[in-house]
Order: sequence, then C-alpha cells, then structure tokens
Amino acid sequence: MRSVEDLVLDGNAAAGLLSQIFVPEMTTAQFTCAGCGAVHPLGAARLFEAAGLVLRCTDCSGVLLRVVSAPGRAFIDLSGMRRLEITLPPST
Amino acid sequence: MSSATAETRLVTPSAPLKWQAARVVATRQETPHVRTIVLDVPDWPGHRAGQHVDLRLTAADGYQAQRSYSIASAPETSKVELTIERLDDGEVSPYLADVVTDGDLIEVRGPIGGYFVWERRVQRPLALIAGGSGVVPLMAMLRHRAATPGDGSRSPALLLFSARSVEELIYREELDRLAARDARLRIAYTLTRAQPVDWRGYRRRIDRDMISENLAPLGDTPIVYVCGPTPMVESAANLLVSLGHAPNDILTERFGPSGTGGI
Repeated sequence: MRSVEDLVLDGNAAAGLLSQIFVPEMTTAQFTCAGCGAVHPLGAARLFEAAGLVLRCTDCSGVLLRVVSAPGRAFIDLSGMRRLEITLPPST
Repeated sequence: MSSATAETRLVTPSAPLKWQAARVVATRQETPHVRTIVLDVPDWPGHRAGQHVDLRLTAADGYQAQRSYSIASAPETSKVELTIERLDDGEVSPYLADVVTDGDLIEVRGPIGGYFVWERRVQRPLALIAGGSGVVPLMAMLRHRAATPGDGSRSPALLLFSARSVEELIYREELDRLAARDARLRIAYTLTRAQPVDWRGYRRRIDRDMISENLAPLGDTPIVYVCGPTPMVESAANLLVSLGHAPNDILTERFGPSGTGGI
C-alpha cells in the first residue's frame, strides 16, 4: 500500500505535461500564490497526482493549478495563482 | 545577422515535445537492483544536467504506462543514459532493470524540466545531497562538472550520498575516481543499515550535524540540490533551512514510491 506522502512529487515532475500545454518552460515560471502571496518557481511547488494533476503552494499548500486530461482535451484551473511570471525566449 | 544566429541557439525549442523511438545500445549493471540503459535517440536536441525524460511502454493490448527518469549522462555525451532502480511492485522499472536488451526500442520524450538543472557556468559552490537512486540527476551534474577544462576554475563542490549499504552506492567507483581527479570536489558517504567492518564513512541517516559539517567548507551561499525519496528530501530541505540556507537556494527533486525507505 502506498501512502499519500509517497505520491507527492515536485512541480518539476509535471514538466512533461505542462510542456504539452504551454510553449515556454513552465518549471522556472514564478507563481504568486493567491492564498498566501508566496512567490516561487512552479518547479518548487508540490505535485499531487490524483484523478488529475494538482500543484500546491510550497509554503501554504493551497491549490495553485489543476490539470485534468481527457482524450484530446485538457481542463486547466489556474485560479489558485494570482500571477504567473514566465520568461520568454528571445524572439527570433 | 550573426548575433541573431547566436541568440537563436539559446532558444528552447518551442514545438511540443514528441514521443520518439530510442534504441537501447548498451546496458550496465550498477548494483544488484539498479541498471543503466544507454539510449541512442535519433533527434536528441541535447540536454542540461538534471533534466529528465518521460518514457512510455505499450503492452500488446494497447495498455500504456509512463514514467519519468532522470538523465544520468553529461550533456557532453551524445547518448542518453538512464539509471533505473527496480521497484519490486513497479509496472515499468522491472522491465527496464531486468528485461530490456541491446537493440530494443523504447519510446521517450525529452529532455524535460528547466528547474532542477545545473550548468557549469554557475560560479557558486555546489552542494549535492543524494538518497539512493536520487544520485542519478546529481551524477549528470558531476559528470558535467568533470567535463570542464581546467581544475582551477571550478568552484568547490560536495556530494553527500546516503544509501542503505555499500552495495547500494550507485556509481561508487566512478565517484571515487572523480573525487581523486578533482581537488575541489569532496564526496561523503553515509550507510544507514549495514556497514563493512572497515567502513570510514558515516553510519546514520543524514542529519543536521552531517549537513552542517559537510556544507561549512563551501562557504555561506552554496546552491544545494537534494534528490531522493520524499521523506529524506523533506528532512534534508528542512534542516538546510534551519541552518540558514535560503529556501530559493535549495532545489529539490522528490521520488514518489521508491522502495528506498530507511535512507
């Protein structure tokens, strides 16, 4: 039997799924938590895998982002982030 | 125009990552439960030390299982090496650790992840803390460091590596060789369950004193990478913060179910 704690990973482990949805690198994007205002890279958030994928705040464990995938579709809830700062690659 | 060309080389490919078939070109047994598989990935764009790949296996009935594995090889090598620990209740790892042979094709996509990465142009002292097969992405960093010409230009580095027994110290010979060749690299081992009679390393789990005495020679502001089973990573990260390291200087990568309890 696996405990819930065993299933907790870092946001870094969500990089593959996030790269299917977002064009820039998202694990280095800085989130601002809507709950506590903490600012950290998404890669440092806590990842929980359940029916979907849930990223929780490093500091307060509030839900930052939910992704539920279905065949050919993804549902994304970003309401737990007040802001997301993304580094864009230089334009070509 | 030439500067624009130089700039575009730094751009992360913006196309979505594609699954592609990689060929197993070699395998190497590292410990009784751990094996390295060497992959030839036809359109490999190159990777950074600490990144991972997603790997997908498809059964005859169409069932698919997907896992993430850290890349063990240095960015300087053209082949991609993954070091896999066999989990007895695993769906994927027993196949990779026991069954796969040269010539087999495996689906991979990557490289993935821009957070838990280290590049040798970073001048700060480097501290690596590993539990069990958590040493794998940190080994990519040490191999990347070893590819730096000129020993004198390297900043000091430390690997603190915890395993249950000496047989489970993955890469031990290579690590000792790296340390022997690099005056600014120090490696400390701790064995938590069984120790040889002549063992000169630590004999307990990573604790506050162990972190403190090993990181002290690195000065005030090392960048610290911690990788291992979740409880070990949590504990080490909390100890680092309590010792005054800034949370943003501590990068962690936790495993999920790892079968490596007690490290």
